[in-house]
Amino acid sequence: MATIPIQAAPSLDAILAQKPPKLLSEYGFFDDARSQKPATGVVPFRLNTPLFSDNAQKFRFAYLPEGKAARYDATEAFEFPVGAALIKTFAFPADYRKLEENLRLVETRVLLRQETGWQAWAYLWNDEQTDATLKIAGAKVEIATISADGSPLAFTYAVPNKNQCKGCHAFNGSIVPLGPKARNLNGDAVYDGVTENQLAHWTALKILTGAPAPEAAPEAPDWLDPSAPLDHRARAWLDVNCAHCHRREGPASNSGLFLTFGESVSVAYGVMKRPVAAGRGSGDRQFDIKPGDPDGSILLYRVESTEPGIMMPELGRHIADPDAAALLRQWIVEME
Amino acid sequence: MRSWLSRVVFPALLAGVSAGALHAAEISVEAGVGAEERLVEALIMAQPGDTVSIGAGRFELTEGLSLDVDDVVVKGAGQDATVLSFKGQTGSGEGLLVTSDRVVLEDFAVEDSKGDGVKSKGSDQITFRNLRVEWTNGPDAKNGAYGVYPVSSKNVLVDGVTVKGAADAGIYVGQSENIVVRNSVAEYNVAGIEIENSFKADVYKNRATHNTGGILIFDLPNLPVQGGHDIRVFDNDVVDNDTPNFAPKGNMVAIVPKGMGIMVMANRNVHVFNNRLDGNGTAHVLIAAYPNDYDDDNYMFVPRGVFVHGNTYGEGGGEPDGEVGKTISDVSGTPVPDIVWDGVTRIPEYFSWTSAENRVYVDEAEGTTFVNLKMISQLMLPWGWWPDTDIAGYKGSLPEPAPVKLPQDSGA
Repeated sequence: MATIPIQAAPSLDAILAQKPPKLLSEYGFFDDARSQKPATGVVPFRLNTPLFSDNAQKFRFAYLPEGKAARYDATEAFEFPVGAALIKTFAFPADYRKLEENLRLVETRVLLRQETGWQAWAYLWNDEQTDATLKIAGAKVEIATISADGSPLAFTYAVPNKNQCKGCHAFNGSIVPLGPKARNLNGDAVYDGVTENQLAHWTALKILTGAPAPEAAPEAPDWLDPSAPLDHRARAWLDVNCAHCHRREGPASNSGLFLTFGESVSVAYGVMKRPVAAGRGSGDRQFDIKPGDPDGSILLYRVESTEPGIMMPELGRHIADPDAAALLRQWIVEME
Repeated sequence: MRSWLSRVVFPALLAGVSAGALHAAEISVEAGVGAEERLVEALIMAQPGDTVSIGAGRFELTEGLSLDVDDVVVKGAGQDATVLSFKGQTGSGEGLLVTSDRVVLEDFAVEDSKGDGVKSKGSDQITFRNLRVEWTNGPDAKNGAYGVYPVSSKNVLVDGVTVKGAADAGIYVGQSENIVVRNSVAEYNVAGIEIENSFKADVYKNRATHNTGGILIFDLPNLPVQGGHDIRVFDNDVVDNDTPNFAPKGNMVAIVPKGMGIMVMANRNVHVFNNRLDGNGTAHVLIAAYPNDYDDDNYMFVPRGVFVHGNTYGEGGGEPDGEVGKTISDVSGTPVPDIVWDGVTRIPEYFSWTSAENRVYVDEAEGTTFVNLKMISQLMLPWGWWPDTDIAGYKGSLPEPAPVKLPQDSGA
């Protein structure tokens, strides 16, 4: 009996279809999906500072149709042509002390650039890890693993429903990509054993046009890099983890709290700013950021919380990120 | 999956009559096994023109719901019959979020959401009708902030809703424009009804009772939309607002004293008339400046152009509460007069005059009591300061804003 044929190359028909394919495999993004080996033309990338998603390990890929390129932008996500796709797989290791082993793929999210704009869909991996199925209404997945310190960790992970995708990926009401921004791609990655700057690599592959030399492009630090300035690390973390909503064009514009990397007005990024709609999220504290007083700062209260209605971000997180909280704490302590 | 949703397509003729070119299907979601997934999916897959009909019964939900499709009606079987319970919610900042235009939400209840109850963000023509939003454990600082919560929206209709237990405001309209809030009941919230940083609002025929404060008309700094103006508050019953303030500190409403009737803070052209005020222990009406420090050159912290007239005042002012109540009663004595103005004036105006359209006017029946606390005088000239209780000195009027008309309410 013949095995089910696996599509070797990405399918533009699948990307542009009005009704999304039921199975992830129908897109043909992977040569070997289980090991996340991409098909030809599907380019892996990494981000200098990634979004925290319950400590999920992530595999990110960009696909551009033959002969087409994304247009560089210094501040916002690159402008991708119709037919482009961004693919992100979320996985959990059985044991965080052995990241490469027993990786369980949980979901793969795709952003598809269609004629009318971006479409966002999430695919839930089956238990056999052979394929993933479209989940419009989202899903809950029980995760049981071992933390880096050896303690057991169990929680319910949420695959977002279609509207929740837009809960973060909205810019003035339309869906946009968040990851592929110059400042977050401007760093090295390893391609077939060769280390290369990603902007330079994308330009060489002719899937990116208009990019300056990496030295001339903006660069956000790796938030965990102790050699980078504390202020940059904290602002890079807030940019990626908060500013998709907390920006003038985002879902949380009405809060008046704007956490993009380039925001220069201190009260706008929270310094001595009073809350407007925080409710119990205020934690009885008066200001979003009170310099020198992390325990008097609402921002830290909400980053440290795991309680719905209090925790931030309000989507995509169920467990705490103590390293991030420690960074923000130090940032506020040292703030004048 | 689609088979879970029964789609009853209306006859084309009917659809043509009622909704022009839009097709109109009814998607029914009944309570029972898998109801959450079916409801989430119905709200996502709805097409413009559709009605999502939620059956009677309880729906136990673990995630917030959201609607991002224009021209959809979400309809339950009644505000006590169809209950969306978020007691087991583990994610999202509210019970139901609407981000699309021309949406009607009606005849269902949202209970015990972890954050806000029903929110619209950036919607044009959003209607909340005959909804009940409630935190069933009663007043508690752990309840969600807002019950019915349109924000950054335009053409907002809140009609016949009931909101109980919100730890901030039961009905809160923020940074919005063209607003009608009517025929609604707000009780056991910190603020019953609050209109904040918004333009053109009519608030009428509501009942605000057993809140900390009944109706608040506020404007705050450091927000994308500010300079609230043209608000009419009339024909409301604002009575027995006697619930101790249970808002978490840090939130603006945490300053509101128990027993506040109607409070106007830092807004422009606000008309308060024909309301019935009774049993509000701190004060029936308070007109005040924004009391905190702020860093915002575009913000006007004093109320401009407030006209209070033709209201009826029962018992009140006998139990001034909290810091605000003390500040007032230290000056005015107890019982606090029916209408209180803090009298805070911008410094240039203190030394010159306030132009006619920016003044506070009071025109009430004989026997109504009033005090201007002249707070800036207290700060600047402690030796020559006294409060002004001569209500006759504030007689006058302001031209009333035209009634708010909404497209979804057969208006313009």
